[in-house]
Amino acid sequence: MSDTLQVSTPSGSTAGYAVELDGITKTYPGVVANDDVSLRVAPGTVHAVVGENGAGKSTLMKILYGAAKPDHGTLRVDGRDVSFSSPSDAIGVGIGMVFQHFKLADNLSVLDNVILGDEPMRRSRFGRIDREAAAVRIAEISERYGLAVDPHAMVRDLGVGSRQRVELIKVLFRGARILILDEPTALLTVQESADLLGRIRGLCEDGLTVVFISHHLDEVVGISDAITVMRAGRVVADVVPGETDVHELAVLMVGSEPAALPLRARGGERPARLQVTGISATTDSGGRLDDLRLEVGVGEIVGVAGVEGNGQDELVDALLGTLPLSAGSVILDGRDLAGESTAERRVGGIGCIPQDRQREGLLLDQPLWRSQLLGHLHDRRLARGRWLRIGAVRRAAEHVVATSDVRTPSIDLPASALSGGNQQKFIVGRELDAHPDLLVAAQPTRGVDVGAQRAIWTRLIAAAERGTGVLLISADLEELLTLSDRIVVMVRGTVVAVHDAETATVAEIGRSMTQAVA
Amino acid sequence: MSTPQLTKVAAPARPAPRRRRLSMWWVLIAVAVTLPVAAYLADAPDLTSAGLAGATLRFSVPILLAGLGGLWAERSGTLNLGLDGMMIIGSWTGAFVGLYYGPWAALLGGVVGGVLTGLLHAVVTLAWGVDQAIAGIVINMASIGVVRFLSSITFAEKDGGSISQSPALDTVPTVSLPGASWVLDPLGEAGVPFASAWARILTGLVTDVSVATIIGLLLVPVTWWALTHSRFGLHVRACGENPTAADSLGVSPYRVRYWSQAISGGLAGLGGAYLVVAASSVYREGQVAGRGFLGLATVLFGNWTPSGVLGGSLLFGFTDALSTRQAASVSALLLIGGAALALRALWLLRAGRRSEAWGNLAVGVAVLVWFVWGPPVPRELVIVAPYLTTLVVLVVARQALRPPAAVGVPYRRSDE
Amino acid sequence: MSARLNERLEALVRRIVSPPRLASVGLHLLAVGIALGFAVAVLAIILAAYGTSPGAVIDVVGQYALTSQGWTAMVNKATTYYLAGLAAAIGFRMFLFNIGIDGQYRLGVFAAAVVGAAVSLPMVLQIPLLIVVSCVVAGAYAAIAAYLKASRGVSEVISTIMLNAVATGIIAFLISPDRLGARDEGSNNTQTPLMAESGWMPSIPVPGLGDVYGFTLLAVLLGVGYWLVTERTRFGFEQTASGEAPRAALMGGTDPRRMIVATMVASGLIAGLVGLPELLGSPTHRYGIGFPAGLAWVGLSIAIIGRNHPIGVALGALLWAFLERCALPLDLIGVPKEVVAVVQATVVLAVVTSYQLVHGISDRNARRRAATYARRAVPVQEPA
Repeated sequence: MSDTLQVSTPSGSTAGYAVELDGITKTYPGVVANDDVSLRVAPGTVHAVVGENGAGKSTLMKILYGAAKPDHGTLRVDGRDVSFSSPSDAIGVGIGMVFQHFKLADNLSVLDNVILGDEPMRRSRFGRIDREAAAVRIAEISERYGLAVDPHAMVRDLGVGSRQRVELIKVLFRGARILILDEPTALLTVQESADLLGRIRGLCEDGLTVVFISHHLDEVVGISDAITVMRAGRVVADVVPGETDVHELAVLMVGSEPAALPLRARGGERPARLQVTGISATTDSGGRLDDLRLEVGVGEIVGVAGVEGNGQDELVDALLGTLPLSAGSVILDGRDLAGESTAERRVGGIGCIPQDRQREGLLLDQPLWRSQLLGHLHDRRLARGRWLRIGAVRRAAEHVVATSDVRTPSIDLPASALSGGNQQKFIVGRELDAHPDLLVAAQPTRGVDVGAQRAIWTRLIAAAERGTGVLLISADLEELLTLSDRIVVMVRGTVVAVHDAETATVAEIGRSMTQAVA
Repeated sequence: MSTPQLTKVAAPARPAPRRRRLSMWWVLIAVAVTLPVAAYLADAPDLTSAGLAGATLRFSVPILLAGLGGLWAERSGTLNLGLDGMMIIGSWTGAFVGLYYGPWAALLGGVVGGVLTGLLHAVVTLAWGVDQAIAGIVINMASIGVVRFLSSITFAEKDGGSISQSPALDTVPTVSLPGASWVLDPLGEAGVPFASAWARILTGLVTDVSVATIIGLLLVPVTWWALTHSRFGLHVRACGENPTAADSLGVSPYRVRYWSQAISGGLAGLGGAYLVVAASSVYREGQVAGRGFLGLATVLFGNWTPSGVLGGSLLFGFTDALSTRQAASVSALLLIGGAALALRALWLLRAGRRSEAWGNLAVGVAVLVWFVWGPPVPRELVIVAPYLTTLVVLVVARQALRPPAAVGVPYRRSDE
Repeated sequence: MSARLNERLEALVRRIVSPPRLASVGLHLLAVGIALGFAVAVLAIILAAYGTSPGAVIDVVGQYALTSQGWTAMVNKATTYYLAGLAAAIGFRMFLFNIGIDGQYRLGVFAAAVVGAAVSLPMVLQIPLLIVVSCVVAGAYAAIAAYLKASRGVSEVISTIMLNAVATGIIAFLISPDRLGARDEGSNNTQTPLMAESGWMPSIPVPGLGDVYGFTLLAVLLGVGYWLVTERTRFGFEQTASGEAPRAALMGGTDPRRMIVATMVASGLIAGLVGLPELLGSPTHRYGIGFPAGLAWVGLSIAIIGRNHPIGVALGALLWAFLERCALPLDLIGVPKEVVAVVQATVVLAVVTSYQLVHGISDRNARRRAATYARRAVPVQEPA
């Protein structure tokens, strides 16, 4: 690795390392996920691993946690050679992992989730689980690390922050000395994140070692003692926070200065395209919209910020007509959509990039070209009456693949074969090729690499320039600030604040997102 | 072909329903009051006879065992459509072993046959990744052929046996509660309102009870205890709710599901053997008669709890037992059903679920009208009573049910 | 004009022989080959246990099963199985297990038998009438399970099993001699009265094969229709989408619940045809014991073997009928005919498993191809 920067040893750890990975290589069909990766983590430190999606961080962590086996390379923990065939082996030597997507059983109690796989037993002939003893130990851990949670609550009743704490307790309950945290702040609000980062420092002061994966670079620079940067399956740099800044890290991660986005005149008065006038609705699962008002102008990009579960999904459903409204109306270009079915709305000018591309945007097991029909089944060009025009559908799909830089050798491959970024580019291309009047884009760049993100942003901007109104729902506040004209903040199903995207800051929006509703 | 999508289609964003627990005591009291009243109103004294109570118990236990088998499988996240086949195999192996080593060995033989079939289901679904429903269907189909085939080379060559029937078998001994008849018999004949009826029913429940029945009933608390308090039980529940989580903590869903499917098969096999050496004294083709499916149904409306499965099987056993008895008793069933629906309608009305309430009320009243003015229930329809009851219960109760989250979802350790 | 035609033809050829498509066809054939090999191996082991030589089996099967009469009976039986298979297949497209094919088809054919005995129109009207009666009754019965599933979330597996039992009860009730049925002198079997002659469907004399049910021709047409509807129409796509990604379908304007009802009823409508080849074509022309319960399982198995594709289902039905045809000859050489049921189950299991295997392989191949292509398209940039 000629371009690897010099390894700087974090202060005070000249002795043995807590974790040493050496020459780790792991290949999956068609992909080298880890290519001769080495990582050294000093005990009692926070060591961050950063990189784009697909850079190989997750694979590396899975290997360290025993959830994947490396093809080559060695692992050493506390100076001893180890080889894991399952997570239990890793747990056995004191490694614990908190996954980005929580691994909790909703319908078990917190206590049962915590003790699972490591149950304290009563000393009786019947092998009864000693829940009392477990509760005592959980209380101790909660106390010591400030992780308050009711052990007898059901996990399904807990919020995101509490679940995160349960995950941490789970790991500590097993006596882990080395913690792997995979994107721990991804789902948290600004305050919750700050809180969690404080706790992580506390853990280190207690002698624990933390391996921390994130792509929030400011967070990384703020908390870690050492940073390893990965790109395309390789380690490209080992740096110390004091000697670098966020921008330099970003360049290391991506490998080049990010391409400039096309310029667009933002703000200003625009004729209304979409008017949402005080809509209310409730879903079976407890989601709701409460007198929500919103306007999107011609060629305007309106960002929607909010902590997940504050009515964003319901807003999408309301616009598409899959959620019946109890009050208010949705007006597109002066036309009240109340009487229009979802199919009519899709034909009538609403495009949609759904947030979950695999479940909502594609038919994974079908040839890619069939997904072209999703949401466009009533497009006259693709179907004549009840009959599909297969040739036309295939040509449309070919067009999307060619013009939206979807990298696939054939439209006959199943959609599942494509990488996340290519799947997402296909969906974006499909929706924008139909030239919608309104585009509802939910998390359009979630989980895609920077290249795909740029491509998608460019297309969204181009669509707005042509006059499409874009409603951009995103958890990535930077994305909202980069693209939007205005940013509305949703809390409990209603809009609580509107920010001008050119002047607002992440902190301001974060505050609006967590403010209590009077 | 996987079932996960199924559930998703069926219930888009269904909320986790509040656990509405129907206390067992209330159910017991309701039954204790309803039966004598219905017997009086419908002029069907058989409804509170010792014979019916005993028969109910005998008919219930095989369904109960299948149901518990289904419960173990489903709580670990496996849909076991093959219960019926496992019962069939169990009934055959039970009969075969019983022929040589007596009734106790027969029960054990049933368990062994069931365990083997359960393990086959596990291998097919876990190691080969075949869709669970398809695996179940295949096992049901194959079992019928397999037992015929096996009978043709065993029973068919014995005296009193044939390709579809075993020679006569010894049965598991029965026991009676000592001294019970001394107290209950006079009271049962005394004609005291309620008390006499209760005494007769109790008599039926405590005299000449097969030891196999007692074993079957004991497996209910055993299952409850194991699922709630044992380490393996917690592992089973975790794998049924979130196998990925379990796996990430070193609890292998594969291992747990192998075990739970073996247990599932073993219980179903025991149910099959029960039919052979406790409910009757011979193996006969077609003896299982879809009880495995009834067992599966009890899991659904028992809301995946052992006590619910027990309740469901008693209900089936009751209607099953009724259908072999006087028509007047079946008319009484109309009365009970109609009244229950009407009461539920009132309850729903109070809870503000209007449209459901009216539906319940309409059906309930229609049934009651049939009872009062309608023609007697025809013989042929009596046979379908248990199935109709199942349908009605499933429709009425479905809203409050919550299956384990991972049922029917094949687990694959992702290494990517 | 001709250039355009050429271009279209070329596109068509490219589409048909595109590598992924060829690969998938090849892999499917491979899967079937593995499965049949496995089933034959199991059969050989069983036969070996009986000390029967394979040669003897082939001999006796050839002698008794594969006569021209045997072939006719096989094709006729397969027609029934094929229809049951299609009924199951259309349900599978949305992951619905219509075990109720059993009750649906028996109620349907029973109704047709009753109507056929009571009404006598000219043949061109009578036969369509009977078909409509059978399908409507079966479809309506399927609608019960469809409603329960879509609006109450009751699993169709359980509800259709219950409905099958109820259907048995209903028929037992209606067929009693003092209601709609009749009992012949000296016989214990109740059946419906003989149908009017205009409802007897003429059979087709096939050279070298004998008289094949007239209904077989209809079944072939139905297969073509099935393929067109599932592959070429909006309805077919909506089924696929609702089955595989219900949320995607919903957001695209298709209500998955409506599709559940439509699919289940469609399955019931096809199930209504299952009993008709026998009722209209075989010499009995009555509803009686010739209409067995349990056809749903056969249909589901055949749909599984045939991968929900009409040609696959047809081949599966023929295989099934052939195996059943082998039962008697096997008995003749001292092998219990129940072996056939075991072999049938083995075939289903082997087919499912080998498809699973092959699907995994083709999936990995596709991923590898896509990943390789994507990497080649844009080289990883090194930092400046």
